[in-house]
Amino acid sequence: MSEPIISIQGLGKRYRIRRFQEGHQYVALRDVLAAKLASPVRWWRGNGHHPFEHNEYFWALKDVDIDVFEGDVLGIIGRNGAGKSTLLKILSGITDPTEGRVVLDGRVASLLEVGTGFHPELTGRENIFLNGAILGMTRSEIARKFDEIVAFAEVEKFLDTPVKRFSSGMSVRLAFAVAAHLEPEILIIDEVLAVGDAEFQKKCLGKMRAVASTDGRTVLFVSHNIHAIQTLCTKAVLLTAGRIQAEGPTGSVIGQYIAQDDSSTGERTWSMDEAPGDGNARLTAVRVRSNRQISGVASNRSPVLVELDFVANTSHPGLCVGFDLMNAEGITVLRTYQTDQAPDRWPPVSIGHNRWQCVIPSGFLNGGTYYVCPRISIHNVNWIVQLDSVLAFEMLLDHGASPLWNSLSARNRPGLTAPILQWTCVQHEPASAPFELNEAAPRKKRFA
Amino acid sequence: MHADRHGKQVIEPGRNTKHYWREIWRNRELLYFLTWRDILVRYKQTAIGVTWVLLRPALTMAVFIAFRNLAGIKQGAVPEPILVCAAVLPWQFFSSALTESSGSLIANSNLISKVYFPRLLIPWASVATAFIDFLVTLALLGVLLVWYDAVPGWRLLMLPLFMGIAFALSLGTGVWLAALNVEYRDFRYVVPFIVQLGLFISPVAFTTASVPTQWRPFFVLNPMVGIIDGFQWAIFGSAAFVEARSVGVAVGVTALLFLFGVRYFRRMERTFADVI
Repeated sequence: MSEPIISIQGLGKRYRIRRFQEGHQYVALRDVLAAKLASPVRWWRGNGHHPFEHNEYFWALKDVDIDVFEGDVLGIIGRNGAGKSTLLKILSGITDPTEGRVVLDGRVASLLEVGTGFHPELTGRENIFLNGAILGMTRSEIARKFDEIVAFAEVEKFLDTPVKRFSSGMSVRLAFAVAAHLEPEILIIDEVLAVGDAEFQKKCLGKMRAVASTDGRTVLFVSHNIHAIQTLCTKAVLLTAGRIQAEGPTGSVIGQYIAQDDSSTGERTWSMDEAPGDGNARLTAVRVRSNRQISGVASNRSPVLVELDFVANTSHPGLCVGFDLMNAEGITVLRTYQTDQAPDRWPPVSIGHNRWQCVIPSGFLNGGTYYVCPRISIHNVNWIVQLDSVLAFEMLLDHGASPLWNSLSARNRPGLTAPILQWTCVQHEPASAPFELNEAAPRKKRFA
Repeated sequence: MHADRHGKQVIEPGRNTKHYWREIWRNRELLYFLTWRDILVRYKQTAIGVTWVLLRPALTMAVFIAFRNLAGIKQGAVPEPILVCAAVLPWQFFSSALTESSGSLIANSNLISKVYFPRLLIPWASVATAFIDFLVTLALLGVLLVWYDAVPGWRLLMLPLFMGIAFALSLGTGVWLAALNVEYRDFRYVVPFIVQLGLFISPVAFTTASVPTQWRPFFVLNPMVGIIDGFQWAIFGSAAFVEARSVGVAVGVTALLFLFGVRYFRRMERTFADVI
């Protein structure tokens, strides 16, 4: 086998968590100087620690070994805080590792956030050059690709408009377009698909696939979007608490990622300071109720209620609250938002605690394990919560009202869902007599 | 991150600094773009735009001339406006370069935590931006020279030297303060103070000649004394008061500040992304 293009050996990154004693909430120069003057020798050597604090160390990454070969598209998955972003930051040189080493055999470009370095006051044209330079392109390279970038972003008409007047979709398109036209041997991408509308996301995915397959470049890709990982990546790595938990073909790693969550209690809650979200809204609980009881096991004989508790700080009319339902194969079975209905039926968002329920009707889901992936966003502006499988529940297929059902109940129906659909007869012509089969004709022929 | 002989990059704890300056050279276009951005952005959505560059020193000069008239400070041989202009311009360059560069890392924290490039370019670009303004304002001096029919001699050729010292002083101090600012936001309050106090201990509102002789040895410790005096000397020659001592101190202090500033910056920059 040839030499890996990225070789990561025993990589570790340790952060210091600062805990200050009461009355010292932040590092003040006064305290540092006082401590340093007290021990001038240590100060000079530059290894003095901050006073009045108890350091606790936290390994964001530990003992990570990965070899990536040319042309690989490696997906990196894991929960929030598993160390994915830290790994990418080390690989792109933003932060130093604490231990271990990485050997990169080629030029690296990293795209950790779409539109990094965009300046709102500058025009689209100016920002293309600035952003390109920040991402590592030379001026002539940018000039050569300028038209291509503009065409991809579909912003021809607004080239000389300041970016602050762009719609959020336009600036995201422009930012991705610049980044997509980088030509490094190794491309590192973090969560770019978390923004933009569905059509543009599809375009981005297509472009990224082209980068990987046609151009044969090596791509490292982090996303919460399991579907994107599944379609793009040939291999995947699962990080759990800073360590590699699984590594290999994408399908099996995703399977382990999904199985990681054994929360079969039917409820997942967060305290206010841990609650995912931002200043606009925070998700505080997700529950699954079957027959009104919180339960990790549900039968589709009765409706399943998915309950979301969130604290809202905004009454923005574009606030969308919903979830994806993912099955054990990592396929999204459905996505639902309260805003799917007619506006007059949307539950009102009130500032403060909200508890909303979504009714998944009885006789709809197939049997198997389902994962609730909560999604909160401001429509077309930004994601607030975008979590994978925070809660699992077991669905028992039960078409109980049917007298024929019991004989089939041992197995799930083929298909993603197993809805009980309505059947009606719309036309009926009585025959004078039951028609007879022509016994002479071989049955085979009728289907040939 | 550095590239070894085979073109491979190795990332290890304690970044190898062997290729530090080569990496900066490779990224020279980015320095250009960052400077270009700062210049473009500064006067967007302003009514009189670039005129501000000239208006600020012109108004400052007017105030100082008025002040000197009131206080009865007169140099004599040289027209007052030219003398004041030659002091105000380098001082304003230094003060705006220091203010901008010391806050530059904080202002660009999104870049620092999301993209890698040599971090030194950020404060450097801020100083370069102020320097370009400085070059533009020199036109003001040119206009005054023509107006008063004053012809500078060969010493004018020394002007770039003093401008160079001023640049190095701003850069050295600026990167130091920028790095300190990342960890201790106290420096947000320290820098305006330095700039404010600096004006009183630099020969802008008065001349070095008017400082009592017994205080001079302390006075010239301020590197801006040598720079401003040198500036005036380059423009009107022997009519200006300049001491070799103060220029020597300016060069020495600048070299030290630059050396320690950059050294501190390089030591701290590895943790910028984690701390900022």
